[in-house]
Amino acid sequence: MSFLLSSCPLCEMNLPEISERIRAATGPLAIRAGGSKDWYGENVAGEVLDVSANRGIVSYEPGELVLTAKCGTPLAEIETLLDQHGQMLGFEPPRFGAASTLGGTLACGMSGPRRPYAGSARDFVLGMEIVDGEGRHLKFGGQVMKNVAGYDVSRLMVGALGTLGVLLTASLKVLPRPQAELTLQFECDEMDAIRLMNEWAGKPLPLSASAWLSGLLSMRLSGAQSSVSAAHRKLGGEVNPHGGEFWAGVRDHGAAFFRDGAPLWRLSLPSTAPPLDLPGRQLIAWGGAERWLKSEAAAADIRTRAAAHGGHATLYEGDRTNGVFHPLPEALLKYQLRLKQQFDPRGILNPGRMRP
Amino acid sequence: MIANETVRRLQAILPPHCLLLVREDLKPFETDGLTAYRNTPDAVALPETEEQVKQVLSACRETGTPVVFRGAGTGLSGGALPVDGAVLLAMTKFGRILEIDPLARTARVQPGVRNLAISEAAAQYGLYYAPDPSSQIACSIGGNVAENSGGVHCLKYGLTVHNVIALRVLTIEGEELVIGSGALDAPGYDLAALLTGSEGMLAVILEITVKLLPSPERTQVILAAFDDVGKGGAAVGAIIAGGILPAGLEMMDRLAIEAAEAFVHAGYPLDAEAILLVEVDGTQEEVSEDVMRVRDILLGSGATEVRTAKDEAEQKRFWAGRKAAFPAVGRLSPDYYCMDGTIPRKALPAVLKRIAELSAEYALPVANVFHAGDGNLHPLILYDANQPGATEKAERLGADILELCVEHGGTITGEHGVGLEKIDQMCAQFTPAELEAFHGVKACFDPDGLLNPGKAVPTLIRCAEYGAMHVKSGAMPFPELPRF
Repeated sequence: MSFLLSSCPLCEMNLPEISERIRAATGPLAIRAGGSKDWYGENVAGEVLDVSANRGIVSYEPGELVLTAKCGTPLAEIETLLDQHGQMLGFEPPRFGAASTLGGTLACGMSGPRRPYAGSARDFVLGMEIVDGEGRHLKFGGQVMKNVAGYDVSRLMVGALGTLGVLLTASLKVLPRPQAELTLQFECDEMDAIRLMNEWAGKPLPLSASAWLSGLLSMRLSGAQSSVSAAHRKLGGEVNPHGGEFWAGVRDHGAAFFRDGAPLWRLSLPSTAPPLDLPGRQLIAWGGAERWLKSEAAAADIRTRAAAHGGHATLYEGDRTNGVFHPLPEALLKYQLRLKQQFDPRGILNPGRMRP
Repeated sequence: MIANETVRRLQAILPPHCLLLVREDLKPFETDGLTAYRNTPDAVALPETEEQVKQVLSACRETGTPVVFRGAGTGLSGGALPVDGAVLLAMTKFGRILEIDPLARTARVQPGVRNLAISEAAAQYGLYYAPDPSSQIACSIGGNVAENSGGVHCLKYGLTVHNVIALRVLTIEGEELVIGSGALDAPGYDLAALLTGSEGMLAVILEITVKLLPSPERTQVILAAFDDVGKGGAAVGAIIAGGILPAGLEMMDRLAIEAAEAFVHAGYPLDAEAILLVEVDGTQEEVSEDVMRVRDILLGSGATEVRTAKDEAEQKRFWAGRKAAFPAVGRLSPDYYCMDGTIPRKALPAVLKRIAELSAEYALPVANVFHAGDGNLHPLILYDANQPGATEKAERLGADILELCVEHGGTITGEHGVGLEKIDQMCAQFTPAELEAFHGVKACFDPDGLLNPGKAVPTLIRCAEYGAMHVKSGAMPFPELPRF
């Protein structure tokens, strides 16, 4: 079964237009599609380059597990089509609004609760077409699962926040949707939750998400019905009948935890890192590897603590005076700046969005 | 020839047993796994400490001497083939597993550690390292990272890039970069993705942290026979569209079946045009369900025979034929040349038909072994290098097959890398602007172009020259470039 959808006459017109706009630009451009993640990263002062018209699913072949879409396509449109064919995006991307697009998701490199068990946004990228800072249309990777021809530039684009190129089209590996899902809850403290998340991840269990909040550990099981039931028997716990809602709340930050006025930090740490001795409230996800922190603590304290545990901290909401992203070591920064210079020699694509 | 000044510098850095300079010692390093290409190196450095690696690189940079990195030397694209005037820097002495953290499910290893040794060391914790190239008994993890190696379980468990969580590398400018950490992501650009599969063109790898997975509770293998290759291909699509993600999904054509059967007596049906091996893994319950569903789909797709392995011994036998396919084909012919194109699976019947036609045109037999789950095709071209012109003919047939893969929306290399072997076919897959972007990436890490020069990415001039020989459908590739 295969679909070739050519229902986007606009997008064909859009590519030359995007290239042209970049070539003609005399100052910084702020790339924008759905605008649902405008708040993420540093501020960019530049003329808005609206790429939302570059949308539409280009091809989808359920039997190949490959979907190709223009980057301005709303995630919801992609996920609805996949769902009709019993498939899904394996990295369970967050949607911070109905307008969330594929391109924005990849540019921000954001993955949801399934990430530690299935892989990240970059893991599922097979190929990309981009326009670089000189307006050149470039194609890397492809629509096949294995491809080692040339450097892996398409995966380099994931999480680069549009600073290396405007994302035009992406091909993704998709996954079959599990037959059954079940969310179990266990009462335990933070220390035990971290231990259990890691111990269970080392066993052949059909885990697909984990979170700990306010003394309650939630684990999601996904797979064949028989396998989910067997794992339930092994692990015990209380069934959460509203599992779907719960994980959507963690994924999209709709859960009450995210909704008070305190600054929101995301600490990405080794999954076995011990409880953080920082003031504020925490939601632990990704099997222990992601710690969401609502805290008024000083940015420097949070960063020092994250680094001491072998990870990094990103500010999601709050005062950006001290920067959003974790500063890079000098040597690493040097090579990253060279890459920026290579792909965008005039420095016009989202300048400053990744660092002050 | 390597400059005397460079040799003097190397002698000052390395003890005598870590530096090879005489012909008898150098000879074993003249080739990697692609033995058709040979070039005796001028000097082989076998450092034992990171400090020595650093000093060797700095000596090379200061004297303008090229460096070629080498792991276990099992690569199949000439990536570790010595370059004239270069130092061959072999990382084989860095063979220690530094740490296994069973709770975090990670292994921190040196680049010379063998792929299989990681899984062996992790087995006591019920864990393993997933990517399993056929050479896993010998190939090193550093080489796996350099080539982004695959294996038979990629569809479900990914390539090397999906299983590496951190790298420590050294650049030619002498800077040590820590890329990634024990966390699942890192700030800044994703250099781990860029360096994985960079074929020794950007930096040398000092240390690797890989992800370990829990060993599946149960594994089952199903063998299906088809009287038509196209039906086998369609069955693969049906299994995947049916919602099953097999751990392994391999296909072999008639010539490959015959060769494997004669070699290891795997019990393959000799009257089949194609066989499919389907491995499903997971929990007890999941595997039972999947086996039933896979059997139904295979029968529904027109399989003439479907067998489920009765026990572990039979599973091993089913796999033995596939794993021995290369040497088995090697018995049919004095030499064989292994290709590595990847295609969208739906293109399989058309591609195999065209390969059969090309095989007849060139009068060289081709056996096909196929990682069907992820579309990675390994046509094996049989030839006799002792016959004048046969090697060149096999190479031309190989080039045609790779360009056929590109025409069908695929790629010239799925898992073996470009190296020196497929450098001309890169011109068919990428535009001049894309190749320039690759050269630009290289220049960021290696401004003087000293690392593995002449490999992985062709110069535009080389493409122009190659294009002059391969004019397709009257269209001259790279018309804008001056020709000689």
